[in-house]
Amino acid sequence: MQSIRNAVLILEDGTTFHGKSFGYPGAAAGEVVFNTAMTGYPESLTDPSYEGQILVTTYPILGNYGVPPRRQKDDVSQYYESDHIHAKAIVAQDYSWQHSHWQADRSLADWLNEEKIPGIYGIDTRALTKLLREKGSMLGKIVVEGAEEPDFYDPNKENLVAKVSCKEPEEHGAGDKTVVLVDCGVKHNIIRCLTGRGLKVIRVPWDYDFNTIPCDGIFISNGPGNPDMVDVTVENLRKALKGNKPICGICMGNQLLSKAAGASTYKLKYGHRSHNQPVRRAGTNSCYVTSQNHGFAVDDSTLPSDWEPLFINMNDNTNEGIRHKTKPFFSAQFHPEASSGPKDTEFLFDEFVALL
Amino acid sequence: MTDSNIDKSIKKVLLLGSGALKIGEAGEFDYSGSQALKAMKEEGINTVLINPNIATVQTSEGFADKIYFLPVTPEFVERVIEKERPDGILLAFGGQTALNCGVKLYESGILEKYGVKVLGTPVQAIIDTEDRELFVKKLDEIGVKTIKSEAVESIAAAKAAAARLGYPVIVRAAYALGGLGSGFCDNEEELTALTEKALAFSPQVLVEKSLKGWKEVEYEVVRDRFDNCITVCNMENFDPLGIHTGESIVVAPSQTLSNEDYHYLRKLAIKIIRHIGIVGECNVQYAFDPESMDYRVIEVNARLSRSSALASKATGYPLAFVAAKLGLGYGLFDLRNSVTKDTSAFFEPALDYCVVKLPRWDLGKFHGVRREIGSSMKSVGEVMAIGRTFEEAMQKGLRMIGRGMHGFVENKDIKIDNIDAALSTPTDNRIFVIAQAMKEGYSVDKIHQLTKIDRWFLYKLENIIATSRELEQYDTLEAVPDSLLLQAKQQGFSDFQIARCIFKESQESPEKISLDVRNYRKSRGIVPVVKQIDTLAAEYPAQTNYLYITYNGNTNDVNFLHDHRSIVVLGSGAYRIGSSVEFDWCSVNALMTVKKEGWRSVMINYNPETVSTDYDMCDRLYFDELTFERVMDILDLEQPHGTILSVGGQIPNNLAMRLDAEGVNILGTSAKSIDNAEDRHKFSSMLDKLGIDQPRWRELTSKDDIDSFIEEVGFPVLVRPSYVLSGAAMNVCSNPEELDRFLKLAANVSKQHPVVVSEFIQNAKEIEMDAVAQNGEIKAYAISEHIEFAGVHSGDATIQFPPQKLYVETMRRIKKVSGQIAKALNISGPFNIQFLAKNNDIKVIECNLRASRSFPFVSKVLKINFIDLATKIMLGLPVEKPNKSAFDLDYVGIKASQFSFSRLQGSDPVLGVDMSSTGEVGCIGTDTGEAVLKAMLSVGHRIPKRSVLLTTGSARDKVAMLASAQLLHKNGYTIYASKGTHAFLSENGIPAVRVYMPSQGDQQPQALELLHNKQIDLVVNVPKNLTPTELSDGYKIRRAAIDLNIPLLTNTRLAEAFISAFTSIKPGEIEIKAWDEY
Repeated sequence: MQSIRNAVLILEDGTTFHGKSFGYPGAAAGEVVFNTAMTGYPESLTDPSYEGQILVTTYPILGNYGVPPRRQKDDVSQYYESDHIHAKAIVAQDYSWQHSHWQADRSLADWLNEEKIPGIYGIDTRALTKLLREKGSMLGKIVVEGAEEPDFYDPNKENLVAKVSCKEPEEHGAGDKTVVLVDCGVKHNIIRCLTGRGLKVIRVPWDYDFNTIPCDGIFISNGPGNPDMVDVTVENLRKALKGNKPICGICMGNQLLSKAAGASTYKLKYGHRSHNQPVRRAGTNSCYVTSQNHGFAVDDSTLPSDWEPLFINMNDNTNEGIRHKTKPFFSAQFHPEASSGPKDTEFLFDEFVALL
Repeated sequence: MTDSNIDKSIKKVLLLGSGALKIGEAGEFDYSGSQALKAMKEEGINTVLINPNIATVQTSEGFADKIYFLPVTPEFVERVIEKERPDGILLAFGGQTALNCGVKLYESGILEKYGVKVLGTPVQAIIDTEDRELFVKKLDEIGVKTIKSEAVESIAAAKAAAARLGYPVIVRAAYALGGLGSGFCDNEEELTALTEKALAFSPQVLVEKSLKGWKEVEYEVVRDRFDNCITVCNMENFDPLGIHTGESIVVAPSQTLSNEDYHYLRKLAIKIIRHIGIVGECNVQYAFDPESMDYRVIEVNARLSRSSALASKATGYPLAFVAAKLGLGYGLFDLRNSVTKDTSAFFEPALDYCVVKLPRWDLGKFHGVRREIGSSMKSVGEVMAIGRTFEEAMQKGLRMIGRGMHGFVENKDIKIDNIDAALSTPTDNRIFVIAQAMKEGYSVDKIHQLTKIDRWFLYKLENIIATSRELEQYDTLEAVPDSLLLQAKQQGFSDFQIARCIFKESQESPEKISLDVRNYRKSRGIVPVVKQIDTLAAEYPAQTNYLYITYNGNTNDVNFLHDHRSIVVLGSGAYRIGSSVEFDWCSVNALMTVKKEGWRSVMINYNPETVSTDYDMCDRLYFDELTFERVMDILDLEQPHGTILSVGGQIPNNLAMRLDAEGVNILGTSAKSIDNAEDRHKFSSMLDKLGIDQPRWRELTSKDDIDSFIEEVGFPVLVRPSYVLSGAAMNVCSNPEELDRFLKLAANVSKQHPVVVSEFIQNAKEIEMDAVAQNGEIKAYAISEHIEFAGVHSGDATIQFPPQKLYVETMRRIKKVSGQIAKALNISGPFNIQFLAKNNDIKVIECNLRASRSFPFVSKVLKINFIDLATKIMLGLPVEKPNKSAFDLDYVGIKASQFSFSRLQGSDPVLGVDMSSTGEVGCIGTDTGEAVLKAMLSVGHRIPKRSVLLTTGSARDKVAMLASAQLLHKNGYTIYASKGTHAFLSENGIPAVRVYMPSQGDQQPQALELLHNKQIDLVVNVPKNLTPTELSDGYKIRRAAIDLNIPLLTNTRLAEAFISAFTSIKPGEIEIKAWDEY
């Protein structure tokens, strides 16, 4: 076994956790968040929504099945959610130095090293999660023995969406119908879900005025950080809402659409960060298990009268999606594209396509 | 919760239990049934339960409104339905027994006739999953792949089939027993060769896709009638396909599946149960290719199962409870998560720990059984270990199974002749073979090649070996770096394992060196923490009392009040032969009394098949080990008022002296008294002092000493080696040859390994005294008698309470002697004494200062809860002597044993001094005959229709059976008899048909043929002696009876009782009375 360096996780409130390094032997600072998913670390690490964040996995054993190869298919990553790791670092209870899976071409540690991302294990992630749960997310930093200790870094002070969004419009897939995808930090599986349904996707930067592009529908992606940082997109959306082209949003997209409609968002006491979030389609007996990763929610009570909740979280009754009462606009706070997580709500893409 | 969705017409519900515990159907159904009853009770629905298993928790007061200790068969269930007129029936909570019975009731129109609605999954869906052909067809409809075989009759057709299925394939000759002519083919060439050969054996050949080495993965799925689905848990087998999931180590959640794999199979599972139309719970089992995402569905169980009980315990999600509610019409969205109480029951638990389930085998208890494990289940119980690393959970689990192992490493060496062969042919020792192979330098790749176990598991096991090697480099504790010590604890090393690494072959006792490690590591601050199982991995706050202990953490999840107002009850551990659901009943009852009397109840146990590990049953549940080390860890944290050791069987009882030495407040009888009863020498000299008789015995260290002792007491003798080489641990030897054979085969007599030889009294009655005493005075007691003469283990014997054939004088003496012993040992709490009685002489054979196997039986028959009484005494409360005795009862209880020989291929289904039953039932009747009949039918016997085969052993047995043979004859039965029996019956004027034994192969009619042709409905085969031919003839007959599912009796006394019962009472005359109607 390789010689293992000690590492420490320091939180902004002064709490420290001592562990060992398994990734890049440097240092990293960011916002510490947790996710209770039991699988899907390659997907999570490359999810742009984790930009600037230190990811704590509550499932205690990490790295079991290694990492699938870096491979492109139809201009997007085949197994990842973007072309590189967005999280600043990853934290676990136990790391599996040896992995086993037919698809893996290297270990998680190797990958983290390649991308210069620290990993720390030997941490009481349950205690850490309880702390984060009660205090909300906290800033933190990981310092591997021998590395220089950085300052705390608050990603929420930056426009993270601008950071992770594509810089120029790009086209994906082919088809009779065209959808404009507003990239606030889009997960590649959203693109796969759209192109896989025979759509041509024009992916535009977050602040691009997509109203100028001829298309059949508009899709607003997920993305990192605070929705209040993305007013340009909200402005563009407001214009689009005046028309009748179908609009669909996911996660950040749900929040931006809500804001464009006139509703407000707020920070949740307990953020939703897991693969097991139950949602109910409003006014029905249909329930779905969803993958989620968000700390902000739409305030239902501020929705204008021509809008209504589409989904409701069954644990805390918070909003999980909205829809326009008459026009073809809807969005979900959860991730119907999953990856990682359950695929129960992938039908929302079908519903969107049906509207086009 | 809104109840607008439920079916309000359901006011009374019938629940079918699973009957006696047997291999493949054990305590898990007590748990699921209890949960279902609880769910009904919460809705104010009246419940009726049919379950003859009297030792279960579900058949206790307060669980169901009406309890029938009757066989779960269509005939009896119909009569209960006729009497009780329930509105609904629950079929999914009593295992295969209840399901099969329910399907029959449905098919015969009984349910319709009485207007009984099946709650939950519709019967048609059950049939679709049970019938292989329908199942395959059903899944074909939605394009889901199942395991199929194609029957072909030519090589060309075989090739075409193989091409469709894809290589590798298995070729089997149809209709050929024992796998003749079958094998694996990787290509067309091999296929041609093998098919040619196979066609020589049989006109038809089955070609099947080989899934050798595929992973086995299972999902527990729940669906409500609104089509909402969740998968509560997935689990992965450590062993690849080919080993029954009940025989495999199972890990939850899956460890080697990627997100894509996991959700691919999850989505399929949901698709399947939607299509089948389950309402409630079911599991979907997959074979999954380790090299692609190819899969096959192995099976779907449309009912609660062993896996669902495990999944409930592994996740904290009460599957049975929820399934019962869904059966009433609720949607999942109507129900709350019973752990958080605040979030929805429509969710999928997130685990922040890893669970390992290990099977417990008792193959050593049987003669002739094969040790290989494979596609049929042989294990009798299981354990579940929780950790925050795989290594931690695995090593905990290996200690929990109670086979004398300390974990993965630092065990006593096992002798393996050929490691390669042992790795590729798995036995009940598989995991220890892997340990040995790793110690001898086998690489993970090599072991993977031979076992097909996923490398990930093997790497983890290798980590444990590496740590032990690191530790072994040190000779003193002080020299070991703290980080290494912590690493070892985080990988689940016990103090003893660490001690053995460091102190090597130290002469100090294991207890002493373990304690040294314990004290040292505590001084270094290396102590475990308590974590909660909260279903949501801490995402939301949860008030949960479901706990485990781990070294992978820094902080405790719970606070400790240290107000000394809690009582810790130690549970019974893995179900095994000799310790089963009866101790779970005792544990649960102790918890209930503790709570009722105003104390906080704390449970420690690790058996997922129990009710005591339902976190609803106590104030705090530690799902963890019952080792000295772990119990002390918990007591250090809890600082309870006291600890109860006497309700969980022998495992907690064995901890008495060590806990006492650490100053633990053991409630009830003192540790010293326990030791005085457990230690053969101390107990014997106490009896001598009291003038109480016992069979003569001696502990001997040489063959000469044994011979001279036998000269004194005479044959037969009971021989108990202290160290067993192979086979059973105890044996009765009737002559010098048998003694020689047994000693050579099984025991190794030496100074280090003495042998205990006792005189064996023939044709003596065996009597049980179950009692509760306070400060040495008996407060309540129950005397029961065995139907069989002494020589059949008390756990296998048929027991009658109150006794019907004991002299009053004998009873009086037993009471007196028990009183003397209770006083001498100053007993406060439960105890049990076994006696031999011949004429009016009584001898003490054993005394246990704890609850015994028969406590639930006598408590329920007498309707005095002995455990409640004992617990009050242990809590120091004053108790009154119950104002009632067995003499007042105008009914009889019979406890009969359930055997699982049919599962144990090759085993000789004969009873002896070592226990071999896996479960029991207890039935009540107005007289012995009626109770015997109910009990025998409950354990799977059937009343013969036309004919009985008698082979009645020794002359004495033949005489004893004469009256029964008369009865059979008078009632029109054809009697088939072996040579001696035939001659004896003829002499006594009873007509019988002479049959020939397998060793007389050239003569007709052959007994075996009659059995195969189903011409015999009951076999009574009493072994005469242990001569080789007798053994092999008798063995073949007995084994054939078992394999052909023909009822078999091997004991004269029991055969007499059964024959007398069924010839005097017709099944229709059996009274259908609930427990409370007696």
